[in-house]
Amino acid sequence: MPLAPLSTIAAARSGDKGEGSNVGVLAKSVAAYEFLKEQLTPEVVAAHMRGINAGGVQRYEADNLLLLNFILEDSLGGGGSASLLTDAQGKTHGLALLRLELDIPAELISEQEA
Amino acid sequence: MPESKTVRIANGQGFWGDSILGPIRLVEEGPLDYLTLDYLAEVTMSIMQKLKSRDPEKGYATDFVSLLDRILPTLVEKDIKVVANAGGVNPSACMEAVLKVMRAHGLEGEKVAIVEGDDLLGDLDALMESGETFENMDTKAQLSTVRDRVTSANAYLGAFPIAEALGKGARIVITGRGTDPGLVLGPMIHEFGWTPEDHDKLAAGTVAGHIVECGAQCSGGNYTDWRSIKDLARVGYPIIEASPDGSFVVTKHEGTGGAVTLDTVSHQLAYEMGDPAAYLTPDVIADFTSFNIAQEGEDRVRIDGVKGTDATPFYKVSMSYSDGWKSVGELTVSGPDALEKAKLCAQIVWDRLALDGCEYAPEERLEEYVGAGVCHRGIDGGETDSPPEVVLRMGVKGPDRAKVSRFGPELVPLVTSGPPGVTGFAGGRPKAAEIIGFWPALVSKDKIKTAVKVLTA
Repeated sequence: MPLAPLSTIAAARSGDKGEGSNVGVLAKSVAAYEFLKEQLTPEVVAAHMRGINAGGVQRYEADNLLLLNFILEDSLGGGGSASLLTDAQGKTHGLALLRLELDIPAELISEQEA
Repeated sequence: MPESKTVRIANGQGFWGDSILGPIRLVEEGPLDYLTLDYLAEVTMSIMQKLKSRDPEKGYATDFVSLLDRILPTLVEKDIKVVANAGGVNPSACMEAVLKVMRAHGLEGEKVAIVEGDDLLGDLDALMESGETFENMDTKAQLSTVRDRVTSANAYLGAFPIAEALGKGARIVITGRGTDPGLVLGPMIHEFGWTPEDHDKLAAGTVAGHIVECGAQCSGGNYTDWRSIKDLARVGYPIIEASPDGSFVVTKHEGTGGAVTLDTVSHQLAYEMGDPAAYLTPDVIADFTSFNIAQEGEDRVRIDGVKGTDATPFYKVSMSYSDGWKSVGELTVSGPDALEKAKLCAQIVWDRLALDGCEYAPEERLEEYVGAGVCHRGIDGGETDSPPEVVLRMGVKGPDRAKVSRFGPELVPLVTSGPPGVTGFAGGRPKAAEIIGFWPALVSKDKIKTAVKVLTA
């Protein structure tokens, strides 16, 4: 099975949360949501985002929104006005996570192309 | 009150600096009952305290007064009320300025209200003596470690004082620090007579407020599938059509750009979210996992069934304190070999500073190569070794202002004494700017007195 980016089956929004950021991953279908609940674990996200996030990763779920919400605990270089980073608010972290390549079942991808 | 009554509440300002066209077009391009405006970020309160300490007539969002000067006649003609946290750390000065503009427009008889009680800066020591610790919610550190550097301290007040002000007939309600969703919830409490025990309804109003608090970010802005969004130049700012039972529709004026869909609204529901099952405000704990959300028509998304539970006995307090200095500057480096030359430039700057006895610890300095992949550092596909050109962005920080200031003058000389193709230095030398630290804490609600004051133009 070829790898495909997370963006094939999900969208995202991110922003600052103290010294960390939150990345909301919004699945494009119920089937994609169920797949991501299994596969998109905090460990997978932490490994993919390790160049950006120096802290832990927490995950919350909201089934009604097909939302997996990740908290990256130390991802802003100090946060607020103390950060020297270009993206001191984590605005681009959502798109960074959507670059993650996953073994996505073909039927989930064709569902999006239909 | 007829059961079918709905109230239209829009948000025309997501932050101080948002487009002035948002609120102007909201009041002109369609029907509206309430216009809310959010001006305050955490950093804003500290800046406003500094302005007020230099001039007791300042310390509020002056943009708000200029905006009212443009839209007041329309507000009165269409009977639209305004709720704004434009008061900053000086709501009474903001009210005076607004009254002056009202009189200039011949609108004598119109009422302006302010909500006070959020500013705790002058009462901090007394509150600490009464047993409030203001322990840092994130780090658990004691306030004594930064007490002498605190520059602002404000409690996030809830929506009930806003409803009270509207009940006293105010056309314009000005608050200081309050919760962002409270600006939208306040008018609902006033219109529908909700009480502090109406947990589900208060939670519904809080969800509505969260959706619109960043303006166009729920109606097509900052949206992953951006190619599908039409006419962002004329994006419609969001409107809540609220019903007495707590259900509501998110929409925008007909004929405006952008889109209100299940996806654009869900994107915003995820923004700045922690635990979605427990969204804490001083009015209620809202459960963002509880409700139904559905597209009910073009640019219309309906939400119902929101659940909430009793609020905590605390207000959140946001304090700011002086936390050292920083300085950041940029140069553009063209190709060929742009990245290699930019890295050499950075090394030259650090070496020259060291020659003058000025060395910065690794955590006190930063270099970024914008164009080679700084936002998505360490991510597959997010970086490149061979950009045609890059912006070299360098910065330092630390407690010593003189040491931080030493950095700026060593960046410009690279144009003539570095590798070839270095340009783009038009802004002058980078200067040291104060770092404002944030200190989140709690305070017992029963220690805080809120007050509503109404004046007539």
